[in-house]
Amino acid sequence: MLAYTIRRVAQSALVLLIVGLVAFSMFRFVGDPIENMLGQERTIEDIERLRDQLGLNQSFAVQYFKFLEGAAQGNFGVSYRQGRPVAEILMERAPATLELAAVSAVFAIVLGIAFGVLTAIRRDGFVANFIMSASLIGVSLPTFLIGILLIYIFSVELGWLPSFGRGETVQIGNWSTGFLTSSGLQALILPSITLGLYQMTLIMRLVRSEMLEVLRQDYIRFARARGLKSRAINFRHALKNTMVPVITVIGLQLGAIIAFAIITETVFQWPGVGLLFINAIQFVDIPVMAAYLMLISVMFVAINLIVDMLYFFIDPRLRVDRAGGH
Amino acid sequence: MSDTVLSIRNLSVEIPTRTGVVKPVDGVSYDISAGEILGVVGESGAGKSMAGNAVIGLLNPPAHIAKGEIWLNGSRIDALKGEAMRRLRGKEIGMVFQDPLTSLNPLLSIGDQLTETMLTHLPISRAEANNRAVAALEEVGIPGAAERIDSYPHEFSGGMRQRVVIALALCAEPSLIIADEPTTALDVSVQAQIIALLKRLCRDRGTAVMLITHDMGVIAEAADRVAVMYAGRLAELGRVRDVLTQPQHPYTAGLMASTPLASAGKTRLHQIEGAMPRLDKVPDGCPFHPRCTYAESKCRAAPAPQISQDHAACWFPLMAEKVS
Repeated sequence: MLAYTIRRVAQSALVLLIVGLVAFSMFRFVGDPIENMLGQERTIEDIERLRDQLGLNQSFAVQYFKFLEGAAQGNFGVSYRQGRPVAEILMERAPATLELAAVSAVFAIVLGIAFGVLTAIRRDGFVANFIMSASLIGVSLPTFLIGILLIYIFSVELGWLPSFGRGETVQIGNWSTGFLTSSGLQALILPSITLGLYQMTLIMRLVRSEMLEVLRQDYIRFARARGLKSRAINFRHALKNTMVPVITVIGLQLGAIIAFAIITETVFQWPGVGLLFINAIQFVDIPVMAAYLMLISVMFVAINLIVDMLYFFIDPRLRVDRAGGH
Repeated sequence: MSDTVLSIRNLSVEIPTRTGVVKPVDGVSYDISAGEILGVVGESGAGKSMAGNAVIGLLNPPAHIAKGEIWLNGSRIDALKGEAMRRLRGKEIGMVFQDPLTSLNPLLSIGDQLTETMLTHLPISRAEANNRAVAALEEVGIPGAAERIDSYPHEFSGGMRQRVVIALALCAEPSLIIADEPTTALDVSVQAQIIALLKRLCRDRGTAVMLITHDMGVIAEAADRVAVMYAGRLAELGRVRDVLTQPQHPYTAGLMASTPLASAGKTRLHQIEGAMPRLDKVPDGCPFHPRCTYAESKCRAAPAPQISQDHAACWFPLMAEKVS
């Protein structure tokens, strides 16, 4: 397993390098940051001096290498717009996004698996059919529309929940959390549902189809023939086997939740890294964009790494491969 | 027939389809006594597995018992539903499936699967269940049972897995075992071992066995009595030696003649002309008459006599001298 882990970490590092390269090469087409940074009263000399100062007239390879060198030391440069270190800005914004993503992920995974199992076991029941039909909404409506719809119903018409922002937050060290105040928790509800709904329906449909497949297997039939209780058959025998393929997809979807937070954060004016990224694009704030993309890809890669490790705990057949048994 | 464990009377299983009702099992009756092995033979689709599934209450809907009675140890079980039937499964009726590679849950250790079954049915502690699990594995001949109790199914060979499956089927000490083609998926060299194991365990415990197979060799090896099925109906019932050496039903005779023997010098095997009818096109009269060389007009007109005693379901049973 150690060899496998090392191999996977090395692969992950390579993926990150490539993501950085692609991202960096695209920044050359988003516009000239100098335009935004200097006012109307600029001179050619001012422009040249600033360009030189930011290192923008160096070759692409040199710029990329310098970025990597800084990134390895945790230094992502200084934001063009705010004039502060990018790492500091990201640290400030990251808790908002991570908390939102975490709540959405829990919502998506817990309800997704629960509904998936329910619709698989009671395949022809009224509730199962209702959930399956309703889930089409989650799959087919775009995220921003769901967000706007929720705001319209729960904020505008009913006035129950806030439509934007994080509410009150409490600062714990470097981490600002919305979990500890009631307004913070209320503010989390709508954005989390918006962000997690698609993933929830996806996980649910996947769990359902995998579970129906597993329930047809011989070992489930044999478990029935041994007179086991249906709860033991459904949860101990069937669900565990269902989870093997489902976990891969859940891992990918967790990464997607963090990445797609951009849209939800824009709709709900959520002060996270996604919103920061959108603003950075408008201002051609290259250091912020580069750091954001690296951050997202690190999370993506890390989550997938953890998911691959999870297999070892669920599936004993892989553990044998580790020992070189087969 | 002193202590009859299983008694099937006039059992019919029906499956409603768009084109009409088919009867994979049609008016079948037989008994199995304690410690006795009844071999049920027939071609694929003859209804032998379907009858087994009906007994253990695992017919896949829309298949259902339409007629007849099933008695287990003196109580009628064909009408039992849900929870009452579940309590019987594993506890009173054990089942062994064809393919040991897919019968065991790959994600649970064999010890877990054994103790889980025992704890469901027997009022014993977890520690006691663990001890019994080791004993059960030893009994079916798993070497080093105490160490292997935490192993997973993939760490065993096919033959060993079938031993585990047998241990699982027997661990709550049922009075009846339904073994549905237990050796078909195994290597020939392992088949005899598994049959011998099944035979020994059931003799020792006085367990009745319904041994479903299409292999005449397995029947000859293991069974005390044999039930030959054809197109959902019982063709012949009798003691193995009688049926194998002096078959009375022309179908049984054909089956015997088409079984390859290592000792025989013949190079060509006999084959029965034609094929078993589809279940929605079973002919009137005796279902075997279109393929039967002895068929007469009575066979086409009247359904063959139904049997529950050792006899052949045939209007003109073969006499010893008619068999070539």
